Amino acid sequence: MQYEAIIGLEVHAQLLTESKIFCSCSTQFGAEPNTQVCPICLGMPGVLPVLNKKAVEYTIKTGLALNCTISPYSRFARKNYFYPDLPKGYQISQYELPLCENGYLEITIDGEKKKIRIKRIHLEEDAGKNIHDPSGYSLVDFNRTGVPLMEIVSEPDIRSPKEAALYMKKLRTILRYLGVCDGNLEQGSLRCDANVSVRPLGSQEFGVKTEIKNINSFRFVEKAIEYEIKRQIKLLNNGEKIIQETRLWDSFTGTTQSMRSKEEAHDYRYFPEPDLVPVLISEEWKEKIIKDMPELPDVKMERFTKDYGLPIYDAEILTEEKSLAEWFEEAVKLGGKPKEISNWIMVELLRLLNEDGKDITSCNLKPSQLVELTHLVEKNIINRNTAKEVFEEMYKTGKSAESIVKQKGLTQISDDSIIVEVIKEVMDKNPKEVERFKNGEEKLIGFFVGQVMKLTKGKANPKIVNELVIKILKE
Amino acid sequence: MELHKLTLTEVAKMIHKGEIRPHEVLIDVFKRIQEIEAKVRAYLTLIPDKAYDMARDAEDAIFRGKKDILTGIPIAVKDNICTKGILTTCASKILYNFYPPYESTVTSKLLKQKYILTGKTNMDEFAMGSSTENSGYHITRNPWDLERVPGGSSGGSAAAVAADECIAALGSDTGGSIRQPASFCGVVGLKPTYGRVSRFGLVAFASSLDQIGPITKCVSDSALMMNVMAGFDPLDSTSAPLDSADFTEFLGQDIKGFKIGIPKEYFIAGMEEEVEEAVKQAIHLLESLGCIPIEISLPHTEYAVATYYIVATSEASSNLARYDGVKYGLRSRGEDLLDMYMKTRSEGFGQEVKRRIMLGTYCLSAGYYEAYYKKALQVRTLIKKDFEEAFKKVDFIITPTAPTAAFKIGEKIDDPLQMYLSDIFTISVNLAGVPAISIPCGFTQNGLPIGLQIIGKNFDEARILQLSYAYEQATPWHKMKPNL
Repeated sequence: MQYEAIIGLEVHAQLLTESKIFCSCSTQFGAEPNTQVCPICLGMPGVLPVLNKKAVEYTIKTGLALNCTISPYSRFARKNYFYPDLPKGYQISQYELPLCENGYLEITIDGEKKKIRIKRIHLEEDAGKNIHDPSGYSLVDFNRTGVPLMEIVSEPDIRSPKEAALYMKKLRTILRYLGVCDGNLEQGSLRCDANVSVRPLGSQEFGVKTEIKNINSFRFVEKAIEYEIKRQIKLLNNGEKIIQETRLWDSFTGTTQSMRSKEEAHDYRYFPEPDLVPVLISEEWKEKIIKDMPELPDVKMERFTKDYGLPIYDAEILTEEKSLAEWFEEAVKLGGKPKEISNWIMVELLRLLNEDGKDITSCNLKPSQLVELTHLVEKNIINRNTAKEVFEEMYKTGKSAESIVKQKGLTQISDDSIIVEVIKEVMDKNPKEVERFKNGEEKLIGFFVGQVMKLTKGKANPKIVNELVIKILKE
Repeated sequence: MELHKLTLTEVAKMIHKGEIRPHEVLIDVFKRIQEIEAKVRAYLTLIPDKAYDMARDAEDAIFRGKKDILTGIPIAVKDNICTKGILTTCASKILYNFYPPYESTVTSKLLKQKYILTGKTNMDEFAMGSSTENSGYHITRNPWDLERVPGGSSGGSAAAVAADECIAALGSDTGGSIRQPASFCGVVGLKPTYGRVSRFGLVAFASSLDQIGPITKCVSDSALMMNVMAGFDPLDSTSAPLDSADFTEFLGQDIKGFKIGIPKEYFIAGMEEEVEEAVKQAIHLLESLGCIPIEISLPHTEYAVATYYIVATSEASSNLARYDGVKYGLRSRGEDLLDMYMKTRSEGFGQEVKRRIMLGTYCLSAGYYEAYYKKALQVRTLIKKDFEEAFKKVDFIITPTAPTAAFKIGEKIDDPLQMYLSDIFTISVNLAGVPAISIPCGFTQNGLPIGLQIIGKNFDEARILQLSYAYEQATPWHKMKPNL
């Protein structure tokens, strides 16, 4: 039987606010355990939460970017459960009245656009971290407790692991554009749980779903869902039933393992948080946030193809990261030719950054330097091959193109008389090839050009060399 | 002179005039404590050394000309209000070793004025109870009759004020916990409007109901205390964004023409005759002072107790989840995490607290939430509306504070329902959020104090105090002292 997968994603995104959601402690990642804590985030008796306005703003921003309705009236709720990393014994979250509802995110799959609906986006606090010490003690680090966390819940509109991966990627891009989350799955600033079920193709009813947790890397989004779909289909084909449960992805074995069944699921006893007043979002506030919104990737991409005449492929890659798009536009603004700049970025710059595991924001190379380099090529001061060499040097050292060219003596030879001399030298040394050429073996032109470039250490202008070789040989 | 017997108003005036010095008052108060505390047992923690340091600070401030109303005044604080570095147990074994690393907003305001903290007073564990018998440590006795309870949950504070073991005290009121013990002990207790006084640092019982308020020897003392305690606090999102007010503003002014509502639902069977009589007498007196009594109806009164015990316990079940043995307080040894949780909470909490946690957990559980918690919130809205409607017709509502005078120790401890009913007149006020005071309005033949409750409109404490003051000045009750 043919099966169809039904997938919904619950994504948790840590917000990039400076302070925690209900107190003024820092949210900085990686500090010594329990150094970024206070009585409030430690849940001491008698303390009260005060909502971080910035966190609400970031959530509204995300809601707007994901085409959601922003609730004028929203409430926090308590989610009650016992765990050592949860100091109050409840998590302040949202239940009945989330900040944002009913949006969508558009992905492009096989050239087709597809809308994945967003059910809701709500704001909550992160929990701490339990550390199981080899000595047998369990320790708790509360630094993460109270870091603002946004939960983005999709409708079950995703139909394949690939779509899920595209959704995650797109979502990450948007979050990074908005500057609300750094989108790091490995460090856990972005987390993804997947609800997966399968049903016979053509069926309208949903099958029994499982929830996959602990998908802690981008490449596992696809893998974990793929595994789970296969597991479920195999069960059904064997005439077995799928149990509604929570399963953990294990990246070592590449499988999902049962964590708890529906019967063991917590009863979270949600109720409205009495220590916080309802969040009222006025039209003015919303308008102000809209005004501050950056251009989003889809719009930017479209603009890149229109304004700069870039192919969709180029525009897509350039707009994946806001900082990269800005780098590109800066270069164009400084007089670079769009396609030329785009080629340099896509072929050379991204390769080098990738090799170094860096991103554009920590790159030595400035847009102005690339523009200068393209000018040197245009003016025939250096040729394209030399330019690549100069580019790498610029990338590594941050020096200007001109100084590298000067220092290394890379200036292109465009003087006909010098090139003619070299061509004659090559012809003298290779009389047989001259003979063969004259007998009609025209493809030997490449050989002569190559020899000339070799003798000039690549500095000769290849276009001129080409012309002159043909001219002289045919004389 | 027996300085401990003076009111805050009197002591403050003498300190300001330079007639007495804070340490003299303190010496007298501690002498009194030494004499009678063994009988009354109002305090859980006494801090004489620290108190004398504070007295020195106060005198220093006075010397430098910085005199505030509470400078040098010995005040007792209920043990569910966090005081930095001073043991704060909520009368629970689970917090037997808890020294808060922070100060509540209210005591911070008192500290700023250089008050003197005498100690932390006994209470029902986590403020759950009406007799202070639910303290995890010891019971407190009513200064008027040592065989009887002082009321609760702020029984320690009320007893300490009545027995002159402090000049004034702080209590907290979730369903009557300031007013009912004030009534039982013959003192003045004010529950401010919800949001009037910051809850930051008040260990939560039921967040949407809790308020801190003063327990004092007379009405003007409460007004003076409120002048310091009230006001918006950025640390408490539920505190009202109001400028501070002068609560003494109307004291001594005429009360002619005030409309006082008498809710017919409050004069019920089961009320002690002497109580009913005393309250009726009080209404007559107010009438003679120019007030106009009007019969009103608060039709949803009969649902108040049930509503309260769902809302309060639901919130409590969540508020008390933090006492899990992981971070502070008691930790019992367990085989594993779950076992540690269960042993810690079983051993750390008393009977009544456990009863309420279970009740609240049940009310919030899947499948019951709609029928209990949600329904209770709806009824709460109706109760609130009752008061809104009533206050369209009248300026105040007058009721007894409690249906009886102080009952005997042990009398109701095994019958939680009977115990819950002792708050029947005070509970609606918390559900509605409105302010209310209890002032002495007479004595039973056995010599037990009776309390009169005056309920006012939201943020109308100054007028409540005006009416209370007028009544107090026309009666001798506040001058009576227990014979200890």
